[in-house]
Amino acid sequence: MQAVWHAIVEPGFFASSQVQLAATIGGVVAIVTAGVGVFTVMRGQSFAGEALGDIGAAGGSSAYLVGAAPLWGFVASSIVAAGAMELVGIQRTRGRDLATGIVLGVGFGLTALFLYLTTTASSATGAPIVILFGSLFGISSSSLPLVLALSAVTAGILIVLYRPLMLVSVSPELAAARGIPVRPVGVAYLIALALAVALAADTIGAILSTALLVGPAATALRVTTRPHRALLVAAGIALACTWLGILLAYDSYYWPHHGWPVSFFIVTLVLACYLASGLKGRGRRRARAA
Amino acid sequence: MADVVRGPPSQMFSGFMVHAWIIATVVALVGGAIGFFVVMRGSAFVAHAIPNGSFAGAAAASVVGVSTLLGLGVFSLGGALGIGLLARRGRRDVATALTLVFMLGLGALFVSFSVEDESSVTSLLFGEVLGISSNELWPTLVLAVVCLSALAVLWRPLLLASVLPESAHRVDPFKIELAFLVLVALATTMTVPVVGTTLIFSLMIGPPAAARSFTARPGLALVLSVVIAVLVVWGAIALSYQTYWPIGFFVGSFSACAYTLGRIWAFAAPRLGSRALLAAQS
Repeated sequence: MQAVWHAIVEPGFFASSQVQLAATIGGVVAIVTAGVGVFTVMRGQSFAGEALGDIGAAGGSSAYLVGAAPLWGFVASSIVAAGAMELVGIQRTRGRDLATGIVLGVGFGLTALFLYLTTTASSATGAPIVILFGSLFGISSSSLPLVLALSAVTAGILIVLYRPLMLVSVSPELAAARGIPVRPVGVAYLIALALAVALAADTIGAILSTALLVGPAATALRVTTRPHRALLVAAGIALACTWLGILLAYDSYYWPHHGWPVSFFIVTLVLACYLASGLKGRGRRRARAA
Repeated sequence: MADVVRGPPSQMFSGFMVHAWIIATVVALVGGAIGFFVVMRGSAFVAHAIPNGSFAGAAAASVVGVSTLLGLGVFSLGGALGIGLLARRGRRDVATALTLVFMLGLGALFVSFSVEDESSVTSLLFGEVLGISSNELWPTLVLAVVCLSALAVLWRPLLLASVLPESAHRVDPFKIELAFLVLVALATTMTVPVVGTTLIFSLMIGPPAAARSFTARPGLALVLSVVIAVLVVWGAIALSYQTYWPIGFFVGSFSACAYTLGRIWAFAAPRLGSRALLAAQS
């Protein structure tokens, strides 16, 4: 029994302070991001989430340039980008993905520029890889208070706006008829989205943050149709995938090529959950047809 | 990145720079043409996902030791099929997002395996058009011809299915979607090794979106889209050559400028037109 346990969990896993920190930050971020993600999937704004993550990379790399913590860069640039998307008209369903695409194109260009300036102007080699792919094990404990504070703000927006946001996401017309200010609610949601994406970008990498945002939420919405149950399921899946990913990455030190990236495991687990939920739905439909 | 030797502005059209101009023009032709359908079908996310995800293919190729072009081809086609199949059941944007992040996750894994330095990663993502050799020229040209001929063959059914998805009885929408995804994958394979993923994405969105604000006629919009794309790329090369800044930055900004001009035109033209009409009547 002991031997099996040690084969799954390498000795020293729970005692390592680096692992404890990664599990704390990763867990908090996973829960918050997945919660925001449920609304993102319901509103059909996955592309906006993905774009905010990519644009966040521009901020992350410019933070390196001025010597600030990347998280500040991620937060600032994704909030600015959310504002720009709102201006070019992300709220309208028609032409929404064009608006996102245009903003993303500019953001990509800026990322390229800042990464170029970072690698030429300073000796911060490795910065591009860290910003783009993240490294949960490389987070310093000094960023913990900031991560927790931003997570609390994001969760607060979701809790305060829960009912109007749910109604606006399900049916904007009905919400407008009930006198809910649709546009301000949408803007507040975009800010929450930008914060969540920035947090996820800082932990699992700018271009992989979409995995935590969209994957668990889409899986949950396939499993259940009730909104708050979907929120709980999404948070649970995100937490499980993140922690299992950390465990596997820790174990992978003894695999060929020593030390596989955490982000890879998290993304793969998230996709596996989504595919599995599809199988379940199909089985149920077949059973009903029979 | 910066190890390409650049001369004074008078040499902008000589030597290795000739390759850059040819390649960039060909890429703009293909990007502008396929982008017309990207905008029409509302597939901006797909146009972002396939090139961006295919970067994993390049990383995989460097680990296994095969040519970059092969790796990109396999991954971009795989991504296109993945998006197509996943989107059959479930939301299209979710399918696209998950396919993309999975490919990127694989990319992160391969990058951690490979011994290559990170400047090759950034040049794949953001493009380095100024260092193209002549053996990279031919595969790109051949794939461009394949892409444009496929587009010519598919022009009518694709246009019909994109404008009126319900009325296209004789064509299976799933087959059309797959054909379109494969087209994007082909364009990706041909452009990413030479100009990076950012550039082709910007070219497939900005110029066609601008063109559609200027005209509603499909043929004219296609031509206009290609023309704008070529102008954007030419301007970007010239400035990139002068400043040493990455070309992706200029392509992204110019594409957004073209789109903004298009929006202003679409906003102002009807008002100006009706005012002129009123003036003529009175």
